[in-house]
Amino acid sequence: MSIDTDSAAAWPAEIHATLERYDVRQVAYVPDGGHAVLIQMAHDTPTMRPIALTTEEEGIALLTGAAVGGQRGVLLMQSSGVGNCVNMLSLVQMCRVPLLVIVTMRGEWGEFNPWQIPMGAATPQAFEMMGVRTVRVDRPEEVGPTLDAAARMVYDGGAAVAVLLSQRLIGAKVFVK
Amino acid sequence: MSQSNSLLDRRAVAATLLANRGGMIAVTGLGAPTYDAAAAGDHPLNFYLWGAMGGAAMIGLGLALAQPDRHVLVLTGDGEMLMGAQSFATIAMQRPANLSIAIVDNGRYGETGGQESATARTSDLTAVAAGFGIPDAATLTTMDEVAAFAASLHQPQTAPRVRVIKIRPEDLVRVLPVRDGATIRTRIQAALAQ
Ligand SMILES: Cc1ncc(C[n+]2csc(CCOP(=O)(O)OP(=O)(O)O)c2C)c(N)n1
Ligand SMILES: [Mg+2]
Repeated sequence: MSIDTDSAAAWPAEIHATLERYDVRQVAYVPDGGHAVLIQMAHDTPTMRPIALTTEEEGIALLTGAAVGGQRGVLLMQSSGVGNCVNMLSLVQMCRVPLLVIVTMRGEWGEFNPWQIPMGAATPQAFEMMGVRTVRVDRPEEVGPTLDAAARMVYDGGAAVAVLLSQRLIGAKVFVK
Repeated sequence: MSQSNSLLDRRAVAATLLANRGGMIAVTGLGAPTYDAAAAGDHPLNFYLWGAMGGAAMIGLGLALAQPDRHVLVLTGDGEMLMGAQSFATIAMQRPANLSIAIVDNGRYGETGGQESATARTSDLTAVAAGFGIPDAATLTTMDEVAAFAASLHQPQTAPRVRVIKIRPEDLVRVLPVRDGATIRTRIQAALAQ
């Protein structure tokens, strides 16, 4: 099994640079191949605290605590984890928590595994029905500007935004015998 | 529950844990733990939850990491903790020394009619916490133990702690604190800024 993601792609570094510029401290994630480079970068950044979660909804609660405590955070996950967050997102609406989620999309472009399709297809609606705005990125050159725009809305404006990184951008997972 | 006379009074437990709290932040699990904290006296550093079941401990973790110079106490119920028990693993890996989780365990889902929870017969949240790697987990059955634990909340610790406190399953008068989440958040942030 391998991932055909081009590990030399520039966009993970652009995301990382934006997070650093916005002084993001708590980097919560459920491991995901599409986020592997960014996760490693967070581990290698002294000002960032990587927080491995057992389930994605933990990240919503964690970042609520972080925001109330005065620290910025970000939550990284793949689209299959979005449904896990639904009820916990009540916190974000009730407490008006600034929330930035970066989601790698599965089940939408050259997907080998059909089990990724249901939650991938429902991902935008799952966020939107809980009051989280979504913004989608399809091309590598859009990643940097989109992240910056989302980060400004979240950290300066107090909004809840999910950036959806399309599977076409990330590269479909390829299963090799 | 054969030994229910030896079980503790939840309001006395909450009042003891929250007495002389100084700058300690308290996150209270939805339902009765929130009412217990309110009954002990409203406080701007109380993060009252009215939902987000399963999230209290993780909110505590986010706060503890963001506020390393303060102690964070999560006061929650067995039902609420069972829904988020896997977060013990996340907390154990982060190992915040300023986070303590007190679970008032009545073996019941009090808010919803007192249905039995898994801790009434089969599950032991202290063992669960220890199994997930919480370095210091214990079950408390006396008020002396609760008082000693309360005092320790104001001493420097070296690791996150979990205490399962065995309380009587009883339905008490509800003491309802502020419900608006944005108000709760703003109040805490204003108190933290002082
Ligand atoms: C996701 C979700 N499921 C179910 C409920 C209903 N509910 C509210 S409080 C509660 C039980 C709380 O039990 P526990 O934490 O043990 O508190 P106790 O009242 O027993 O002290 C339940 C099941 C809910 N609010 N949210
Ligand atoms: Mg209970």
